[in-house]
Amino acid sequence: MKDDDLRKPEAPSGVSRRDFMKISAVTAALPVVLGPKVVHAAGEDVPIQGPGKVAVTLNVNGKKLSAQLEPRVTLLDALRGPFDLTGAKRVCDRGACGACTVLLDTKPVYACSVLAIDAQNAKITTIEALAEAEKLSPVMQAFVEHDAQQCGFCTPGFVVATTCFLKQHPKPTADDIRRNLNGNYCRCGTYDGIRAVALLEQGGKQS
Amino acid sequence: MTQFAWPDPASRPLLGKKISRVDGPPKASGRAKYTYDYNPQGLLAGKILRCPYAHAKVISIDTRAAEKLSGVKAVEVIQGPGTEIFWAGDEIVGVAAVDEGTCEDALRAIKVEYEVLSHFVSDAEPPKNIAADTGPIGADDFQDMEENQVPDEEVISAIERRGISFKPEEKDYASMKGMGVDSKVIDALRQAKFVPAENKPKSPYKKTAVQTQGAPDKAFAAAAAVSEGLYGASCIVHSCFETHGSAIEWPGAKEMVVHVSTQNVSGIAAQMSEPLSVPAGNINVLQQNVGGGFGSKFSVDRWDVNTAKLSQKAGGKPVKNMLDRRAEFEVAGMRPSAFARVKVAADKDGKLVAWESRSWGTGGVGGGGTPPLPYILEIPNQRKQNTAISTNQGSARAWRAPNHPQAAVITMGAIEDLAARLKMDPMDVLLANMDIAGPRAQTYKEELAIADEMMGWKKNWHQRGDKTPGTIKRGMGLSIHTWGGRGHNSNCDFTIHPDGSVEIKMGTQDLGTGARTIIIIVAADTLGIPMENVTLLYGNNKYPQSGGSGGSTTSGGVTASTRRGAINARDALFEKIAPSLKASPEELEAVKGRVQVKGDANRGLSWKEACAKIGAVPLTVHGKNPNKDEPPDLTNSGVGGVQMADVSVDTETGIVRVNKMVAVQDCGLVVNVKTAESQVYGALIMGISYALYEEKILDPVTGRVLNPNLEFYRLAGLSDIGELKVHMMTGKGYDERGVIGLAEPPVVSPGAAISNAVANAIGVRVSFLPLTPDRVLAALEEGGANASV
Repeated sequence: MKDDDLRKPEAPSGVSRRDFMKISAVTAALPVVLGPKVVHAAGEDVPIQGPGKVAVTLNVNGKKLSAQLEPRVTLLDALRGPFDLTGAKRVCDRGACGACTVLLDTKPVYACSVLAIDAQNAKITTIEALAEAEKLSPVMQAFVEHDAQQCGFCTPGFVVATTCFLKQHPKPTADDIRRNLNGNYCRCGTYDGIRAVALLEQGGKQS
Repeated sequence: MTQFAWPDPASRPLLGKKISRVDGPPKASGRAKYTYDYNPQGLLAGKILRCPYAHAKVISIDTRAAEKLSGVKAVEVIQGPGTEIFWAGDEIVGVAAVDEGTCEDALRAIKVEYEVLSHFVSDAEPPKNIAADTGPIGADDFQDMEENQVPDEEVISAIERRGISFKPEEKDYASMKGMGVDSKVIDALRQAKFVPAENKPKSPYKKTAVQTQGAPDKAFAAAAAVSEGLYGASCIVHSCFETHGSAIEWPGAKEMVVHVSTQNVSGIAAQMSEPLSVPAGNINVLQQNVGGGFGSKFSVDRWDVNTAKLSQKAGGKPVKNMLDRRAEFEVAGMRPSAFARVKVAADKDGKLVAWESRSWGTGGVGGGGTPPLPYILEIPNQRKQNTAISTNQGSARAWRAPNHPQAAVITMGAIEDLAARLKMDPMDVLLANMDIAGPRAQTYKEELAIADEMMGWKKNWHQRGDKTPGTIKRGMGLSIHTWGGRGHNSNCDFTIHPDGSVEIKMGTQDLGTGARTIIIIVAADTLGIPMENVTLLYGNNKYPQSGGSGGSTTSGGVTASTRRGAINARDALFEKIAPSLKASPEELEAVKGRVQVKGDANRGLSWKEACAKIGAVPLTVHGKNPNKDEPPDLTNSGVGGVQMADVSVDTETGIVRVNKMVAVQDCGLVVNVKTAESQVYGALIMGISYALYEEKILDPVTGRVLNPNLEFYRLAGLSDIGELKVHMMTGKGYDERGVIGLAEPPVVSPGAAISNAVANAIGVRVSFLPLTPDRVLAALEEGGANASV
């Protein structure tokens, strides 16, 4: 979206720049159907969601979860609040650190940078679904063995990102890792262990 | 006589091995719960309206519109009209509402009128003509001196020389004592002459008197080499991934439950009791996991008190307010900057003979820290003076190893530059000065030899300035560091249940250091049982008090109290079962899951059978550290470490990359080599981060932080760290010293080692951390004449 677009004259709907960004994001995901008010903006007919609460249904970890949410609620806040899935963490809250990484279908995304209403047509997978009950996934087990975690706040995001990465790169090189696992930050400094996890080093640092 | 001492190397089933942390599985699977994750039914959100000005006076506040908004449950003014605000982001009004969005709407509806005052945010070198403070010391000045860690003898001399303009009462002395002010300083205050305060404009610069030792001028004149330079490190921010904050509720009118992100579970209730008029005993503080602290999470903060008040106003319902990222950068602590002009001299063999430094820095309104210069090396002839600069920004808080990383980058940088003048290897210069390297000299010698081997230092080191062709220059640098790390006060209740399970209750916390794991290791090791048999209950102030986790004091404290608790419990168990084994309690041992007569597996019981003889009531004893009645001392103070860095510098772009870092570290008896190594790897990475990227940048025009977020406040990422090698010193000479903390020491040297490696690569000193491309290019440009590239 170029800023220029925002300066074009619009239908007199009182749509502010902030609202506009929300509704323009909606168009891709939702067909224009009966219900929400429709305005003409940026050359397209777009439905206005909100500003009050709207019904949102998400497909999370194979379950349909519904809540009344304001359109401004991010996917991350929907997961952590009403749906009480707190594995994804809110750290930077603006798409820089990766601690909130979840899967939209098969693609890892920063859940803080996706609106909940925009995620309704995707299958969402969170860290909670990567392990069965108490049993750890092989990637999680490797995180434990390589001690690739300290305070643990960035860890769920890193585990989701690493799981995805290893699906895409079953035999990764050091270069693959440098290029592909650079979208998550850790403050305690656990990258050495994470690198060992991603390199599929056997046995961890266990003696 | 009960033997509390750590066991011999031969009888340590678990101590000193590599064991995965017990909290690994819940953390890796996202099940671990943090304060931020507390999410009960009916939870209200809390948010704070913050002052947008770096210096202002609150004139009026109108919250009526916010209070009327649907969904708003409580509004509480934090700093009312008339209050002077000293930094941007300071708290003005708190709001609780049904959700965060409604809180934000409410904050927008609040009208605050400010009188904007002039601010000052620069920590550039102070003008030369500033006089040392001569007027009487005010109450604020005194507090600043203490917070800036001005050495006691300097404080006392200033009090004697300048007098004081305030009249402390007995209760003030008592509170000073409580805050750790030395009794000699308090005596000096008692005897100080009262001098009325001078009515002169307040200067942001607080300059100490010149401190002189020996005869520096004479020593400089006689020296074989003198080097002068400029060194320092900029302000950085803790950037805890879990921001500061709490979730608080009132189950009764005088009863609070506090979920808080803290390094100090046992110390919170006492701090909340007074501002909220609740007996400390009625406050239950809880925390299972904390997403980073690094020194910034010891106290109850103003926003926590606000959260409690909002909950109270909202009928006791839980209110959660975790700072947003911007506030975390503006108000939740930082590491003070420290810069210095240094002149240092040596004889022809590299023996240091004289030191002179004029240092300055800022840590917010209170001034700055006082880096211990020169670091480690007790150079015989010295002259030094420090200026703390008061700036309008959120106050500094302890950041891993307060003042040491700055002191290291200044001192080790100056010594490296001096070595280059002498055409000497800086390792040889350090080795030539081990007689003035203090109590850890022998440790440094041993560690330097190991680091040399791991890095290939002697083999690859070159004189200053990489002479190979091309624009990428490579170099190596090193630094040494020290820290105390004695174990803090720690208590535990240690219970053996009749079914053989073991339970430890301790009011401690685990910041991700592996504290939980080492407590369980020590208990299981002492009792000869598997770790799975031991449950640790922690993170609750209703458990026996244990100190805050700061200054590397936790490992020594919690392992010592656990060891004593385990020995006391084991001996009580021996008493109970000795008759049935027809032996005296002293003849028994607990090994390999059995309680038996020493060395005789046939005269014994399985652990489970033995515990069954306890009877119906579990056996509970106490363990504490320190405990003079139960010698020996199980913890100790003082560690040494050496680090080396190998870097490449692109002289066209100014980009520095770390190729390899080596850390050799001592911390006495290593309880768990795996988590200890992780602590050192983490410190290296955090060190690369502050050496190359991190800087809190303040806008001189608005006085606000320009990069209060994780895209423009850059942290090192996985691709930035190079190859890392860690070696822990263990065995004879180290083990018998007892357990010593490890969190601070390894984070001291990376900045200095990397800065020195860059100087070695490009032939000129890049004065200040972080070593950003613009600074590297500027140094190359300025230093062109001196550069040997």
